Amino acid sequence: MAEKVKLERQAMCDRLAMEFEEGWIVNLGVGMPTLCSNYFDPDKEIINHAENGVVGYGPLAKEGEEDRHLVNAGGQKVTPRPGMACVHHADSFMMIRGGMIDVTVMGAYEVAENGDFANWRIPSRKGGGIGGAMDLAAGAKRVFIAMEHTTREGGPKLLKKCTLPITAPGVVKMLATDLGLFEITPQGFKLVEHAPGWTPEEIQEQTEAKLIISDDLKEFRFRS
Amino acid sequence: MKNKVYKNMDDAVADIPDGVTILSPGFSGVGVPRNLLAALNRQGAKGLTGVSNNAGTVDENVDIGTLVESGQMKKMICAFTASTHPSQVTPFTRMYNNDEIDAELVPQGTLAERLRSAAAGIGGFYTPTSVGTELAEGKEHREINGRMHVLEFPLPGDYALVRAWKADTAGNLVFRLTQRNFNPLMAMAATVTIVEVENDIVEAGELDPDIIHVPGIYVDRLVRIPEDGIWV
Repeated sequence: MAEKVKLERQAMCDRLAMEFEEGWIVNLGVGMPTLCSNYFDPDKEIINHAENGVVGYGPLAKEGEEDRHLVNAGGQKVTPRPGMACVHHADSFMMIRGGMIDVTVMGAYEVAENGDFANWRIPSRKGGGIGGAMDLAAGAKRVFIAMEHTTREGGPKLLKKCTLPITAPGVVKMLATDLGLFEITPQGFKLVEHAPGWTPEEIQEQTEAKLIISDDLKEFRFRS
Repeated sequence: MKNKVYKNMDDAVADIPDGVTILSPGFSGVGVPRNLLAALNRQGAKGLTGVSNNAGTVDENVDIGTLVESGQMKKMICAFTASTHPSQVTPFTRMYNNDEIDAELVPQGTLAERLRSAAAGIGGFYTPTSVGTELAEGKEHREINGRMHVLEFPLPGDYALVRAWKADTAGNLVFRLTQRNFNPLMAMAATVTIVEVENDIVEAGELDPDIIHVPGIYVDRLVRIPEDGIWV
């Protein structure tokens, strides 16, 4: 048996980015999902959209080449790319609700087996941070989630039902955690790739919801 | 032609009274009307309602959070009433937790469209955003083309403070890259629109009519940002 390892965040995001298809318009959430942009497949053209109204931007700006007027949704300075376009906020969310975004990748506190997810409010803290998450969740063609498999205290995050206030019902299609890759099917979470050294039974022990094990279960695919 | 060009930021905000609604654009520190916000902070109007993407940040730059911290705001309408990370405690967070300020949390796209509705003179719109979440509770629901939507209402402002890249004396505005964000929507959704401009304000006729982002009919006052102004 191979050594048991938990996946790095970059590997989780690489794996989701491998699912992006030629020509897809992709919106990456603030935080961990921005790591998806470090995965680059020269055979596919991916168009980046950020909710502050830029579509078709390039990689993060290196020191000395920053433009103070050009940032992504996380406030990181990015570079222009031929074909880039800028619009105002209402037009940017018109693209989102209007179905132009092929996939959005977000972080989450919890994901449920029916595709619900929660990422905007912890009831013990007053207020919430929605940003564009509810619009993206309702409007994008697909929602992918990148998150750790368990809480810092070791509690489950892949649940039968969300305990926190949800961001949108029934929208999550795919999920990468530090233990594997999961699809959300009408029957619930399906484990399709496992982290090296982890058995499906061991992953199930870290999961509240009942996992369906893919007939074609594979080891997690890393960038080549 | 009515003179819209003001000599300085303080003159441009001098008459803003207590109790009005201020629209304050900007996203991730870009396109924030920092010079006008600093002037409104000096002017001291109180009991204000602020509409902005967030309620201020942890950095030192002047933003809507400066007016929150000074006690000038009684309410914020924004897409973040808690920071994305619990370690980021802003003045707003402290005051909100102590019930010293009121707030309304609005999804970002709904916020943008509510501003657009106010500018467009329509009575509201149905959106699928927030359906099935606690934010939709109590709102009118309607199924349209087989999908559930909630009714959202327009969000007008009394004053908009705006940051533009270029302007002419007629008030026509041009923005650069992601500086645009909420700026055009707020410029068009307010009764009085006051603009700080990053370049010299040129004579009417010098900007190509086909590149204008906000027509001058929406703009009331223009101030060139001085050399020693706030440029971030």
